[in-house]
Amino acid sequence: MKLTLRVWRQKNADAEGAMSTYEVDDISPDMSFLEMLDVLNEQLILSGEEPVAFDHDCREGICGACSLVINGDAHGPERTTTCQLHMRSFRDGDTIDIEPWRASAFPVIKDLVVDRSAFDRIIQAGGYVTAPTGSAPEAHATPVPKADADFAFEHAECIGCGACVAACPNGAAMLFTSAKVNHLNVLPQGAPERETRVLDMVAQMDAEGFGGCTLTGECATACPKGIPLVSITSMNKEWLRATRKAGKR
Amino acid sequence: MARTLWDSSVGKKTVMAVSGVIMLLYLVAHMIGNLKIYFGAGEFNHYAHWLRTVGEPFMHYEWTLWLIRIVLVVAVVAHATSAYQLSRRDIKARPSKYVHKKPRASYATRTMRWGGVILGLFIVWHLLDLTTGTVHSGGFQEGHPYQNVVDTFSTWYGDVIYIVAMLALGLHIRHGFWSAAQTLGVGSRSRDRALKTLANVLALLLTAGFIAVPVGVMTGVVS
Ligand code: HEM
Ligand code: SF4
Ligand code: FES
Repeated sequence: MKLTLRVWRQKNADAEGAMSTYEVDDISPDMSFLEMLDVLNEQLILSGEEPVAFDHDCREGICGACSLVINGDAHGPERTTTCQLHMRSFRDGDTIDIEPWRASAFPVIKDLVVDRSAFDRIIQAGGYVTAPTGSAPEAHATPVPKADADFAFEHAECIGCGACVAACPNGAAMLFTSAKVNHLNVLPQGAPERETRVLDMVAQMDAEGFGGCTLTGECATACPKGIPLVSITSMNKEWLRATRKAGKR
Repeated sequence: MARTLWDSSVGKKTVMAVSGVIMLLYLVAHMIGNLKIYFGAGEFNHYAHWLRTVGEPFMHYEWTLWLIRIVLVVAVVAHATSAYQLSRRDIKARPSKYVHKKPRASYATRTMRWGGVILGLFIVWHLLDLTTGTVHSGGFQEGHPYQNVVDTFSTWYGDVIYIVAMLALGLHIRHGFWSAAQTLGVGSRSRDRALKTLANVLALLLTAGFIAVPVGVMTGVVS
């Protein structure tokens, strides 16, 4: 395959960025999108140019590091991570636009790499359970109803990639935060911090400068892990419950 | 608790949802009341007079009406203020656009802000036209709402302003009612279809019901 790539290039956080155009040839449809970029980078290095910086780690769809907006879609045209996207989703001769996640809470560090540490701080605010350390507890000591276990697991699938923020017209982190809140709030292990978790994580989300939810639904469409829009509804419910309880205390 | 609500984006959205639902409930009653115009001046004016005597003898003349007006003003101000502040926040959170543009959300979703502004301007015009009579076309007659309504809808601009605003209202309710359910945490996977259908039915009924009045005047059924 022969492709024209228009890639966002930006030297550093303070520099002005712009789209640059590159040609790549001999791309196999079986290559992953990141392997295609590897080809581009080898080509750039050989010609003495600066390679394109992009985030990646596991390349198997589980770590959440890869993060590209491809032709206007976070993670590209398929519902998967950029690393699991293959070139067979494109056609020979295509022009592909590649941009970084856009949100003021995710500033660009270089080229296609953005700083997602705002997510880490949301997790630090409440995305944990208080558990005694030491030997592992007896697995059957805390029964969890099947429906709750499924609900928790569905939300635990979130890999923290930030595609939801990138896709949201308001740069909101509601889908991510709701996945984390719902995952722990439904489980008995998460019960002691059930109220403080949702209040603190939402407050941190606001403090990081993410936007609010207008129920547009772009986040859930982009999410490679299928976190549904209704997760935000569940979090709102938890937030209102916690606020009522805090008011009584 | 009040501070937590107003300080949080989720809380402010709750204020927007609650005030929106209050206005929505009022509009349902308002729309039904308006349809009495089809039963003649006597019945319509009698209904308008009754609005002032609701709750008597416990309430004094117009007390109930003023109570409703105060609740509505608080709702409109709370709704518009939270909408403005949240919108500012949203725009700031996403300053740079993508180079590659693609079609986004549904029309109703995209027009919430401008549609809301249209509704806000409409509310001002509507009150100055039919409540105070300040911008009324032809002599405004206090206590004769039937004639006042007929006068307003006998002008082309009266019809245009009103019908455009009611179409904007339908779109606003279509996305707004369903949104409010999500904001207030009453939406769920199994209820989603029912809520979307209810939002569409409400939007359609309100728009059609309100527009029926100028249509009645324009066609001469109401005169
Ligand atoms: C003063 C004029 C108005 C403005 C500026 C305004 C603006 C807005 C905005 C920006 C939203 C959020 C949209 C979104 O989430 O995407 C909204 C939601 C809503 N509006 Fe309005 N609106 C106005 C009047 C009204 C009226 C007259 C009603 C009466 C029915 C109404 C009912 C609602 C409802 C129910 C919601 C959903 C609340 C939520 O998002 O949870 N609005 N409005
Ligand atoms: S909710 Fe989905 S899109 Fe958002 S961070 Fe988690 S996995 Fe990524
Ligand atoms: S590189 Fe790990 S999910 Fe894509």
